[in-house]
Amino acid sequence: MNTALYQRRKLANTIGVGLSMFAMALGLFVLLWILFILFKNGIAALDWAMFTQSTPAPGSEGGGLANAIVGSILIVGFSTIISTPIGIFAGIYLAEYGDESKTAAVTRFVTDIMLSAPSIILGLFIYAILVAQVKHFSGWAGSLTLSLIAIPVVVRTTENMLRLVPGSLREAAFALGAPRWKVATMVTLRAAQAGVVTGVLLALARISGETAPLLFTALNNQFFSTDMNKPMSNLPVVIFQFAMSPYDNWVRLAWGGALLITLTVLVLNIVARVVFREKVSS
Amino acid sequence: MSSPHTADQAADLGQGPAASMIAIARRQQNQDFWFHKLTMLFSLVVLFSLIGIIVSLILQSLPTFQKFGLPFIWRIEWDIINEEFGALISIFGTLASATIALLIAVPLSFGVALFLTENCPVWLRRPLGTAVELLAAVPSIIYGMFGLFIFAPLFAEYGQPALQSTLGQMPLIGPLFGGATNGIGILAAGLILAFMILPFIAAVMRDVFEIVPPILRESAYGIGCTTWEVVRHVVLPYTQKGVIGGVMLGLGRALGETMAVTFVIGNSQRLVPSLFAPGSSIASTLANEFAEAGDFHLSALFALGFLLFIITFVVLALAKLLVARNEKSKGAKT
Repeated sequence: MNTALYQRRKLANTIGVGLSMFAMALGLFVLLWILFILFKNGIAALDWAMFTQSTPAPGSEGGGLANAIVGSILIVGFSTIISTPIGIFAGIYLAEYGDESKTAAVTRFVTDIMLSAPSIILGLFIYAILVAQVKHFSGWAGSLTLSLIAIPVVVRTTENMLRLVPGSLREAAFALGAPRWKVATMVTLRAAQAGVVTGVLLALARISGETAPLLFTALNNQFFSTDMNKPMSNLPVVIFQFAMSPYDNWVRLAWGGALLITLTVLVLNIVARVVFREKVSS
Repeated sequence: MSSPHTADQAADLGQGPAASMIAIARRQQNQDFWFHKLTMLFSLVVLFSLIGIIVSLILQSLPTFQKFGLPFIWRIEWDIINEEFGALISIFGTLASATIALLIAVPLSFGVALFLTENCPVWLRRPLGTAVELLAAVPSIIYGMFGLFIFAPLFAEYGQPALQSTLGQMPLIGPLFGGATNGIGILAAGLILAFMILPFIAAVMRDVFEIVPPILRESAYGIGCTTWEVVRHVVLPYTQKGVIGGVMLGLGRALGETMAVTFVIGNSQRLVPSLFAPGSSIASTLANEFAEAGDFHLSALFALGFLLFIITFVVLALAKLLVARNEKSKGAKT
């Protein structure tokens, strides 16, 4: 037995595996550190006024994030309403007719590109076609931009989940003489329900934390407003502006808002996982 | 996939089917036709929005390209008052910060993925894997705030002086680490980006490592390979293209990332040959200047956006082709 060679291989293995453990430890340490800082500063900022008062004017004391929270819920809510049906129907098309048509192949490629296109570019697009035309920023513009981000997520998960439905289920329905639309909506879609819901939740989580595209579309509003036609306050943009500001109470509110959106995103992700797992186990 | 002509067949098979049966079949055929067109319409929405994005970016950036022509891409000036614009500073910031991010994130995420698939105790695999995936979902603005408030002061006090006294003394790359140590700048942006894309790349790598057929891995262990040799000579070659695809997806994210970068890059429109110096990326320039821009300035910003779109489009298309190829060759082998 060649001891030198054996020693060398063993050494290489120890170094490689050691470095990999170091990478895992370093990665986890930094990421947990970020979360720790976020929770420390965020919880310090949490109080009742944060949910009841609107964003403070420059230099004034106190204030909260009520307008931003409501604005965020409205913008994200409407974009979920817009993107869910579009995403699901497009997903059905890709899963049901996807093997037969060129349109589907192109759409699938485009969806993947949109899935990871820089979100700021989508903001530019909505600015050009909507904000620049009506000459004012609006909550609707924000909603549309977020929809553009959410749609590809829903399309992809819907298609993947529909494809997981066993072919025998489809064939059984066809054998009973059911038309294609009934098979698609009442058999396969229903069988894939949990997976589709997971997709919608993941899309919701994704758009809840998006900041960049809202800068050019919803902008911000210092006052409480539920008019989707006007510039609308929303958490991410408020966090961005407040965190960069010189006022202490603004920075404090920014941390509070950051904690809120992170918690929302994490909870949505966890719920999506639980929904999906229950479906798999049943 | 089952036959699309179910209704016809049902009608043809029956010996002299009742008129009502044919009517039902007709109706269902009609419904199927419209269902097909309706779902197709929705999938075309995605297609047309991408076309719309490209067309609107080109239209809006036309005035800029008419004035400066192609040299806009490598012009250094970014003078808002005199309306002299060039993209070089922003492109440099974008590429430099994304390159730094990749140089750090790729080896680290490879390590994380290796640990999760080979060395990790089985009971820890799932919780750690889920943790990595959840961290990939944390909004990027959090990384930006962390970078600005926590990382930058520490980096200015400990990190940058240490780099300056080591790497900064080297002959060729020394000047890259020169200048004032104020914590923010292109290097800081790259570091923050690295930890932002780390969970993302690690999750993709872990997924592709896991699809290696157990029989390959076990054969290698069976002839006496060490863990390192199995990963280096069996797992990596098998998943090569998938890994590269995952890295490219991470690169796509790093190039287009706005918030994590805007907080720490310093937002300065000057070209200084030091990674400590504040700079700006395409996305950070857009985020900072867009809301207050005049007409021509706006067009220059759209031109920047167009360039960013082209850069990320190329990277993403390459990534997708590589991942698709990997899946195909896998199918052939198994």
